[in-house]
Amino acid sequence: MAARPEAATAPGGPRPSLVRGRTRRSVGEHVIKGLLLAAAVLSVATTVGIVVSLLGETIEFFGQVSVGEYLLGTKWTPLSSGEQQSFGVIPLITGTLYLTALGLIVAVPLGLGSAIYLAEYASPRARRVIKPVLEILAGIPTIVLGYFALTFITPVVLQGIFGIDVQIFNALSAGLALGVLILPVVATLADDALRAVPEALREGAFGIGASRRQVVLRVVFPAALSGIVAALVLAASRAIGETVVVLVAGGASANLGIDPRESYQNMAAFIAQTARGDIAVRSVEFLTIFAVGTTLFVMTLILNAISIRFVRRFQQVYE
Amino acid sequence: MSVAEAPVARAVVRGSVRGARVREALFRAALLLCIGFAMLALAVLLADVAVDGLPVLSLDFLTSFPSQVFPERSGIQSALVGTLLLMVVCAVFIVPVGTATAIYLEEYADRDRWWNRLIEVNVQNLVAVPSIVYGILGLAFLVRGPLELGRVLLAGALTLGLLVLPVVIIVGREAIRAVPSSIREGSLALGATQWQTIWKQILPGALPGIATGVILALSRAIGETAPLIVVGAAAFARFNPNDLTNDPFSALPIQILAWVQAPQEEFRVLAAGAILVLLALLLVMNAGAIHLRNRYEQRW
Amino acid sequence: MWLGLALVGGLALVGAACGQGGGGAQGSQGDLSGTFQIDGSSTVQPFAQAAAELFQEENPGVRITVGGAGTGDGFERFCRGETEISDASRPIEPDEKKACDEQGVKTGEVQVANDGIAVVTDKGTAIDCMTTDQLREIFAPDADARTFRDVDPRFPATPMKLFTPGEESGTFDFFTEEVNGEEGAQRTEGVQTSADDNQLVTGVSGTRGGIGYFGYEYFTQNEGKLNATAVDGGSGCVRPSPKTIQDGSYRPLSRPIFMYPSEKSLARPEVREFMRFTVANAPRIAEAAKIVPMTGERVSDSRRSLERLTGR
Repeated sequence: MAARPEAATAPGGPRPSLVRGRTRRSVGEHVIKGLLLAAAVLSVATTVGIVVSLLGETIEFFGQVSVGEYLLGTKWTPLSSGEQQSFGVIPLITGTLYLTALGLIVAVPLGLGSAIYLAEYASPRARRVIKPVLEILAGIPTIVLGYFALTFITPVVLQGIFGIDVQIFNALSAGLALGVLILPVVATLADDALRAVPEALREGAFGIGASRRQVVLRVVFPAALSGIVAALVLAASRAIGETVVVLVAGGASANLGIDPRESYQNMAAFIAQTARGDIAVRSVEFLTIFAVGTTLFVMTLILNAISIRFVRRFQQVYE
Repeated sequence: MSVAEAPVARAVVRGSVRGARVREALFRAALLLCIGFAMLALAVLLADVAVDGLPVLSLDFLTSFPSQVFPERSGIQSALVGTLLLMVVCAVFIVPVGTATAIYLEEYADRDRWWNRLIEVNVQNLVAVPSIVYGILGLAFLVRGPLELGRVLLAGALTLGLLVLPVVIIVGREAIRAVPSSIREGSLALGATQWQTIWKQILPGALPGIATGVILALSRAIGETAPLIVVGAAAFARFNPNDLTNDPFSALPIQILAWVQAPQEEFRVLAAGAILVLLALLLVMNAGAIHLRNRYEQRW
Repeated sequence: MWLGLALVGGLALVGAACGQGGGGAQGSQGDLSGTFQIDGSSTVQPFAQAAAELFQEENPGVRITVGGAGTGDGFERFCRGETEISDASRPIEPDEKKACDEQGVKTGEVQVANDGIAVVTDKGTAIDCMTTDQLREIFAPDADARTFRDVDPRFPATPMKLFTPGEESGTFDFFTEEVNGEEGAQRTEGVQTSADDNQLVTGVSGTRGGIGYFGYEYFTQNEGKLNATAVDGGSGCVRPSPKTIQDGSYRPLSRPIFMYPSEKSLARPEVREFMRFTVANAPRIAEAAKIVPMTGERVSDSRRSLERLTGR
């Protein structure tokens, strides 16, 4: 069910025009080209829109809250009143990173393991079964994973089977659900990267008597490393921006800490929760949506840039 | 010597035969465990939802409206209609715009021009933006801001459209690129203009691929919750939106979210039922996409 | 592919059309029509929701959405003209009234039911009774008690995890005023706040050592999962119940809850009839929503308040 739009490499270019001279039809051609260009520009307009919608209000936010308090403060209680109101964003950032890390701890080994099996060990028939399973997993809406975390992972798995004394809203459950969410991303992209490694490299290693495990670990994996790292960065980026799983299973308090049995909040869940609450539009509480949104947007942009750099390196090796 | 031969050779020489076989088997088993976990997770998830949700499914469930006061009478009519309408309006938006952009980027754009490269980079960046940020965009520009549509279905559909537009563009480009140049060149050689070539030769050839992309994009769109939260879709709406630009609207993910967060057992079960309906809808769409791809795929 | 899209589109349109017809097949009952919004207190929300559903059964042409953003936020939306009726679990404050007047929204108070704020703990933490002083030791801004035993040596030594409504909530305002002595002042460390009372229920019931407060009906709807402590407001431990809340002996946490329609919205027949219906049937609606109903005399008082608003 997953579309994998990251793959786009773009050869092609302007095709030589074989139309002789300027005819009356070429006026129409220019109009059409203009219309198509206008549609294409919409994508740029979207980015501009995102930046504008975020920046304007963020600047207004920092008119009321100092940048220092925001970036360095360790207490995030914007919805409290009076003296207890505090705008230090660090708990949201640590919450985001912590939940992402938990998700990656689950998804990276299991996803890479799945990818290696798929690419190097699985028979074509096995591939035909396993690939669709991964695609289905990738297509499951996040709200379903949130439901699963709250109604199954926490009571049945964590409190029931493992007997861990977790709160009902806890980071461990949300992190596990996040892991399941991004596992297919890791698996399918890593699988692509592994399969792109030329057979010749494998054959060479087999030729000198290496076992399959050695070939995979010592030859194929290092060769595919750029692509794999790109996959991991993309998966991390996905987890960082995940809203609903954390909203449902992680709870509503921006705590500072790393106890997986406690509840933490990430930036995206905070935005969703605050936007739901329907606060007065011009208030500083409402503006937190934009300040936190900008922070989140910047983080994912940086991650995306890193990922693209790795993808480019990965392509260069084989072109 | 190639990149990895030296360490491999060293390892081969060092390892013993029997130890190696054990290590091989263990490694393979570990990998199988990984795949096993993924499949187990999917199976357990579906089983959990099905066990809770199947008893709730009925025609009444599909045709009733949600009720907070009488949960046993609740249904998903408003949410389901909202989701379907969102899908239709979203499609009306993304099909022309996405296809036009894909055509432009593949057939007209000169890659040496900076603005064309900018558009390309842009599309790739937009794919990685979290969906909640699109929600903020929708809130700022569509719900409030210049268009000030309010919390209506049109705003929700356009927000979702912007979210999945990059998917349509990228898949559309691949589909167009797959049409061989011989077709293009032949058409142009016969005197057709560029647009005539595109309209009569290339688009029809790329259409199944584009259609598949649109369906995938739509199935992504209707599963999204975060943008709809920010744009202000309603839960527990006891009516369907008549006026897409004026009435409040609901959607399946939002209704599921509201039910999941209610502690009473009756609402949890309703959430599971609604999830099954959503999954069924997605299944139908994806099966349709696969069928399209298989049936109409052009063999060049 | 076009066939598929057309099919889906057709389904959607059919669904939308069915929606209109399905709401009231008879059609002859109630010619009222129109759309309006109610928002505000999450404590009043179940009541407003029940009222809306029962009213819409008889008047299918009327569409009502009910939100639960919180008393304070509800008033803000109401004064801006975004909603027609505001739910409130505390009386409107002078500066809120002023903001409404300035924007041309004239309103008045109509009591619709009673509520007590239940102080709850999870099932594993059985605490029978707390005094308001002890509650202050837990919830006040300067409170530093970590376990229940810090508050009273007879209580279990479990660490406390607090779940309360937030600043937008009338329940929050009322509780902090009555217990902490100052409206809006509450401890922030170790506290999870949510505007969604359901989340609070889930939080308290699912956490060992969970303690929180919210409207009584959220307790009765989840009685199996929660333990409500009796509160000693100075005259002995009183357990919350419909009787003690109605007669006010559950002190200090009993209070009336209100709906505030605006004069402008009451000029619309559908809103007017809705309010009349709600007041006339208030006890029945309260039962359906598992909220503590008003006494008969209060119903008459409310009817008079409403008539005063519509008459003007």
